[in-house]
Amino acid sequence: MRLVVVGNGMAGSRLVSEVRTRDPHMKITVFGAEERRPYNRILLSNVLAGSARPDQVRLVDPGWYEAHGVEAVFGDPVAHIDRETRHVVTRGGRREPYDLLALATGSDAIVPPIPGVERAVPFRTLDDCERIMRAAEQARAAVVIGGGLLGIEAARGLAGRGLPVTLLHLAGHLMERQLDVEAGQVLGETLTGLGVGIRTGVSASAVEADGVRLDDGELIPADLVVLACGVRPVTGLAADAGLEVRRGIVVDDELRTDDPSIFAIGECAEHDGTVYGLVAPAWEQATVAAEVITGGKALYRGSRLVTRLKAKSVELAAMGETQLGEEQAEVVRFSHRARGTYRKLVIKDGRLVGAILLGESDAVGTLTQLFDRGGPVPGDRAGLLFPGLAAAPVADSPTLMPDAATVCRCNNVTKGQIRACWEAGARDVDGVAAATRATTGCGTCRDAVEGIVGWLCEQEGISV
Amino acid sequence: MTATHCPYCALQCGMKIGPGPAITPRTDIPANAPGSLCQKGWTAGELLTNGERLTTPLLHGEPVEWDVALDYVAERLSAIRAEHGPDAVAVFGGGGLTNEKAYSLGKFARVALGTSQVDYNGRFCMSSAAAASIRAFGMDRGMPFPITDLAEADVVMLAGANVAETMPPFVRHLNGPRLIVVDPRRSPTARLAWLHLQPTPGTDLALALGLLHIAIGDGLVDEEYVAARTTGFDEVRTALASWWPERVERITGVPVHKMRQAVRALAAAERAYILTGRGAEQHAKGTDTVTAFINLALALGLPGTEGSGYGCVTGQGNGQGGREHGQKADQLPGYRKIDDPAARAHVAGVWGIAPDDIPGPGRSAYELLDALGTPEGPRALLLFGSNPVISAPAAEHVAERIGSLELLVTCDFVMSETAALADVVFPVTQWAEETGTMTNLEGRVLLRRRALTPPPGVRSDLDVIAALAARLGHTFETEPAKVFDELRRASAGGPADYSGITYERIANETGVFWPCPSEEHPGTPRPFLDRFAHPDGRARFVPVQHRAAAEEIDDDYPVYLSTGRVLSHYQSGAQTRRIAPLVEAAPEPYVELHPDLAEQLDIAAGDVVRVSSRRGESKAVARISDAIRRDTAFMPFHWEGANRLTNPALDPVSRMPEFKVCAVRVERDS
Repeated sequence: MRLVVVGNGMAGSRLVSEVRTRDPHMKITVFGAEERRPYNRILLSNVLAGSARPDQVRLVDPGWYEAHGVEAVFGDPVAHIDRETRHVVTRGGRREPYDLLALATGSDAIVPPIPGVERAVPFRTLDDCERIMRAAEQARAAVVIGGGLLGIEAARGLAGRGLPVTLLHLAGHLMERQLDVEAGQVLGETLTGLGVGIRTGVSASAVEADGVRLDDGELIPADLVVLACGVRPVTGLAADAGLEVRRGIVVDDELRTDDPSIFAIGECAEHDGTVYGLVAPAWEQATVAAEVITGGKALYRGSRLVTRLKAKSVELAAMGETQLGEEQAEVVRFSHRARGTYRKLVIKDGRLVGAILLGESDAVGTLTQLFDRGGPVPGDRAGLLFPGLAAAPVADSPTLMPDAATVCRCNNVTKGQIRACWEAGARDVDGVAAATRATTGCGTCRDAVEGIVGWLCEQEGISV
Repeated sequence: MTATHCPYCALQCGMKIGPGPAITPRTDIPANAPGSLCQKGWTAGELLTNGERLTTPLLHGEPVEWDVALDYVAERLSAIRAEHGPDAVAVFGGGGLTNEKAYSLGKFARVALGTSQVDYNGRFCMSSAAAASIRAFGMDRGMPFPITDLAEADVVMLAGANVAETMPPFVRHLNGPRLIVVDPRRSPTARLAWLHLQPTPGTDLALALGLLHIAIGDGLVDEEYVAARTTGFDEVRTALASWWPERVERITGVPVHKMRQAVRALAAAERAYILTGRGAEQHAKGTDTVTAFINLALALGLPGTEGSGYGCVTGQGNGQGGREHGQKADQLPGYRKIDDPAARAHVAGVWGIAPDDIPGPGRSAYELLDALGTPEGPRALLLFGSNPVISAPAAEHVAERIGSLELLVTCDFVMSETAALADVVFPVTQWAEETGTMTNLEGRVLLRRRALTPPPGVRSDLDVIAALAARLGHTFETEPAKVFDELRRASAGGPADYSGITYERIANETGVFWPCPSEEHPGTPRPFLDRFAHPDGRARFVPVQHRAAAEEIDDDYPVYLSTGRVLSHYQSGAQTRRIAPLVEAAPEPYVELHPDLAEQLDIAAGDVVRVSSRRGESKAVARISDAIRRDTAFMPFHWEGANRLTNPALDPVSRMPEFKVCAVRVERDS
């Protein structure tokens, strides 16, 4: 069996390792358009922000391909698929036969067709990232075009490097696909506080030498312009080969295209009408495809989307259908804009179908898992939004504690026993310890025992 | 009064016995200085005079003379061996046995029975940490530093260790440092914590990867240490590229900001320790989980550094010594590997046999129990210091396997649930009635002294082993001191070298740390300060990847089950469930549920609930507490029941079963 994988990014490289884990012998060849070994694109905004080291993004060790019997070709992208003879042909003219072919061609950054756009740097690859970082060293002001997830992370990263940044966004509020209006506004306010100027509802008409010109003629000065205007699936190869392509390459639940010997995964694939632009679905697809490719059974049923912003001092998680109103769903909301806090739960039929958490919150892990698993939402919604609210500690002052309460866990001694011991004449902790063994284990109840003895003495007017 | 040690956990608190069975704490043993004990320790004497004591050998339930029982067993063993070969007879030991017994038992299996089928319940205990430590450091000495070092630390991270419940006097060593506790439950230990990370059961490995990812990204790695004292960091860094904190948050449920807080505290500390316990270790990926925590410790420059380090909080009384002296399927005395020709030659020399006569590695504990009574498996089992009907995973299945044996022989001092199934039960001495050494969680070899005369009719395990060996044509020592002398010679030159340790030294020096290669050697409290035990002296980073639990929750079994301990009971409860004050403190098994889960399942506190998994069913009383995650139920395993549910999926390296996570359904019992 010969497997050829086209694309060696997040999805392709994951597929290769998943297949190799399952089948140590299958012949695997992977073609990557970039000269680099696979790296973790998700971490690029961390690299830009300085919270990940460039050597931390490497997904594959130098010796891995040889050690695992995988042939990896870098910088020679596949240009043509010959389905008749089951070969791929690279731009460099290499022909490689396949029995099974997997397309993981990803997507390209969208570059808006405006004059001077070549002066701007798209933010997509590690090369782009390094270019932006180099430019940022010299720059006096930056503009980021696009207020989606990536644009915000880039803007926050540049601001963190001490550069004045303006973020331009076409829609009325930031991350309009993931956030409702208020959340988008709170996020904008938080970013403003961190040195990112926010301009929403604006459109860039040109990139000029000294800045970005808006539709209304205003010039936003900048000597570094970063593009984060979204991505477009790379489907040309598949379309040329006659495979069914809509927005992405159409695949079934086994991630097969309409040619059963050809699979597609990741951002280039369209499953059940959806093209996913996040890594988690791409990796879920890689796992299913690897299982199928190696003769196993697995089905991909779509992914739940959780968007988690990675930007210093901006905590944001958004998942599912966040924009439903009260008439369509049960909505629980807490907003405290002065503190940059906004929390929203969207519940339908007793299940969490959407949520927004803006501002640091201990609830984020619990809510993400509740959303992922689709389990029933607990009746206590407030406890879900504010963990620890229900668990306010009961005052364990000696006066309020019932006699049956255990004071010393290590030796199972109750307040009643301590009282009895005091009544029998013990007037200090050592006396109580000798009689009941309280405090002789881990010792953390010593203060409590002292408090009880002191209180009993006080009650009886005995000075100690 | 006789100075000795507690019969229970690996802390081995010093205590004095006498007059009679009265117990008072010792103040000279660092583990429980200044003289602390938990309720288990204080009441340990009650079993010495308890009416449930076994004092007569039982053959098919009937009291018989010792010789009758011994002859019967020896004849049956010989017959089964003659018909089916030596591996048809198996031996199963325990981590509570003294070093002398563990040594003698392993030798008995290999020499007198000639079987490779010997393992012990420690496989269910510290085996994952042991495997990970050997991989990283070249040697496993649980905590490679004295316990008293912890008090000087700034930060201590406890990953899956609930010491406030399992070994309360340990907590006194944690009064100084800030505690970071990793536990799906807000356990009594987590309540003492400065920071509590509450991961989904089965995701500690992901958490550890996320922590190290943050340490690297935030520039907190001790590069100088990594360069000077380790190898393999590059591969680990690559393996970590897929474990950025936000991804880890989704898997573990632990918020990124809390992970970051933990890493920063550890990195900022002048002196810091990372300790793992069963919570991190008892998984089908336990070895890799511990490895991930060790990788974090190495990246921060902790192990082998004065005042810092990594350690495993060993559980059973002689959990450390029990894994060193040859009752383990793959080991020979001195923590030697059974497939190492030099090790075999040395031990064969001490035993007076040819190296080739030592059998090779045998089945690991669960695999051994699982094979009992099958066509390829052992047909006879000798059981010492263990109660697998309660303590093994998939316990009903294990009971069925045990029931299919042609011969089951146990040594016990009370009628444990497993002894009740035995063809022959030998009544044996308990701790205060015998002398022997125990190696505590620090690697400190301690002396347990005989304080009381055993009841008439009772013999020590060493006597039973020697009597059976004699009937099979071999001479074994029965005097503990002489057995220890032989152990010293057998261990000489091995990683766990006891050759310089004597009973006198232990008594005079309040214990001696191994390795101790000569009587002039002071012992080794901190073995890694100069070099690690690999030939190049460096510690090894080992790249590991997280994967899901062997059994994840689904529509049929929608709740995670985790199992653990309560303060009042020890292990299978065979001892502690017979002590009145402990039974009063914790009378019955229970299921702990979050109020939200309980509401959803219409369960109230005190209701009897039925918990079922793919392997069995169990009933217990509901306790409602917000100390547990909403998706998780907790059951203590000291009673029959919890382990009917647990999953015997095994770690590929340590062969540890997945006790700490499986999927269950919880219902009110109508």
